[in-house]
Amino acid sequence: MEPVALELRNLSVYYGAFLAVKDVNLAIPRHQITAIIGPSGVGKSTLLRALNRMNELVPGCRTEGEVLFDGMNIYDPRVDPVEVRRRIGMVFQKPNPFPKSIYENIAWGLRINGFRGNRAQMDEAVEGALRAAALWDEVKDKLHQSGLSLSGGQQQRLCIARVIALQPEVILLDEPASALDPIATLKIEELMRELKRDYTIVIVTHNMQQAARVSDYTAMMMLTGEGERSGTVIEFDRTKTIFTNPRDKRTEDYVTGRFG
Amino acid sequence: MAMSTDRHQHTNLFRSDGLRRRRQWEERTVRAALLFFALVSVLTTLGIIYVLLEETVLFFRQVSFAQFFLDTRWTPLFLSQRFGIWPLVNGTVLVAAGAMLVALPLGLLAAIYMSEYASERVRRVLKPFLEILAGIPTVVYGYFALTFITPILRSVFPQTQVFNAASAAIAMGFMILPMVASLSEDALYAVPNSVREAAYALGATRWEVATQVVVPAALSGIAAAFILAVSRAIGETMIVAIAAGQQPKLTLNPLESIETMTAYIVQVSLGDTPQQSLAYKTIFAVGMMLFVMTLGMNVASYLLTRRFREVYE
Repeated sequence: MEPVALELRNLSVYYGAFLAVKDVNLAIPRHQITAIIGPSGVGKSTLLRALNRMNELVPGCRTEGEVLFDGMNIYDPRVDPVEVRRRIGMVFQKPNPFPKSIYENIAWGLRINGFRGNRAQMDEAVEGALRAAALWDEVKDKLHQSGLSLSGGQQQRLCIARVIALQPEVILLDEPASALDPIATLKIEELMRELKRDYTIVIVTHNMQQAARVSDYTAMMMLTGEGERSGTVIEFDRTKTIFTNPRDKRTEDYVTGRFG
Repeated sequence: MAMSTDRHQHTNLFRSDGLRRRRQWEERTVRAALLFFALVSVLTTLGIIYVLLEETVLFFRQVSFAQFFLDTRWTPLFLSQRFGIWPLVNGTVLVAAGAMLVALPLGLLAAIYMSEYASERVRRVLKPFLEILAGIPTVVYGYFALTFITPILRSVFPQTQVFNAASAAIAMGFMILPMVASLSEDALYAVPNSVREAAYALGATRWEVATQVVVPAALSGIAAAFILAVSRAIGETMIVAIAAGQQPKLTLNPLESIETMTAYIVQVSLGDTPQQSLAYKTIFAVGMMLFVMTLGMNVASYLLTRRFREVYE
């Protein structure tokens, strides 16, 4: 098995009294793409958002268990969630650029994280991030137009560029292509394959073809049982194995389209 | 049983023509009545504008635009009448600007607290409370200015006059504070959560998210709130009539006694100026000036709000 980027130990997430994600144990491999799949409402996004402490912005949300990152539990009371989120970046389902210019969308993240370069160095960092997100050629002549003026697919790549600029170690993507057309989706998928050289990627997706196309590993989530509302990871393996030779009958039913 | 039902329906059909006509007539009457009530407010406004215009035209038959806009002294109640509007505009703007200096930062900070920091429970208590504060009669603020703020000002700055612009401005700032806070909060709260999440996910602190992302995103809405508040400050009468004085003059010193447009109108309407005199007509010209200023600001605020909605809907 490859080196581990994030290790989840007995991770459970509650919304008030409601147990949304139950007791997940998972080792997410470094510099690989891990997909989280499963039917709607099993807590895929909740699990993903537990990995950079985004859940605690939701009132009443509580997390139990550990997420080890570089050997350190990110839920340790001594850990600053702001620092966690800088090193574990996130891209959301709906493209959400700031209502600022394309340039500022990227420069802002750098600045709040203590970027101390001059104007030329900032230009360079912005260009680098836009190139890495395969967006540079499309926007280089309109860097000072609003990020909201771009198409949906471009906006999503801008959001990815914004994350890349901070050079995080892990990038979490929450159904990043669900609001995009097929061509924009393909571009995002291509980009993910590029990015895995430098980053560990975790992606939540509804789309099993997408999981099969882009991911190296797949975590299958299901409700813990008939009539239950909590979700958990029932199987985790290489994507190829999950799609061709799963151990769990429920996984097989789901990936072959007999369920969900 | 079957027979009687049949007959009943038959009778109904027989009568239906007249009934239908009566119902249609009723509907039309109700509709017309409701339209009338809806129009009352519009018509009243139009009537006021008409009177204002008519009297203003009469005024400008006797006083030239040059006398009104190019002179720097306003003494229509004295023997040597001068009609330069600027001292009154100066007084009004001085007090309104002072009020905004108080209401703008405090209102915005309160709005940031309610929208970005307070829990939903606190917000649900605080916001209606603020809106109730907005219902305090302005005369109360006027006496608050005169009997509480002015003595404090005079102990800090001994040269302060009994009636002065600063005292009225501060009281007025507190008066419009709830409005600024509440409207700005609406604008901040309307910024979609996805934008906040994006900022948090980049490792931003709550303060950075609030001040560098949410406030700029809501800027046109906040600007609309401010303009509305300025418009309210310009039109406010009671506080300045009580606390700011009756000396129209061109000054930027807030510790001096001044006179605003509204205070002047009060002074003339309550005084013994003969109704048909030129001095009396000045209040319509001043009123017109006031109306044009506040109308312009309300329109600007409306346009800004609309632009703000366009960005997110």
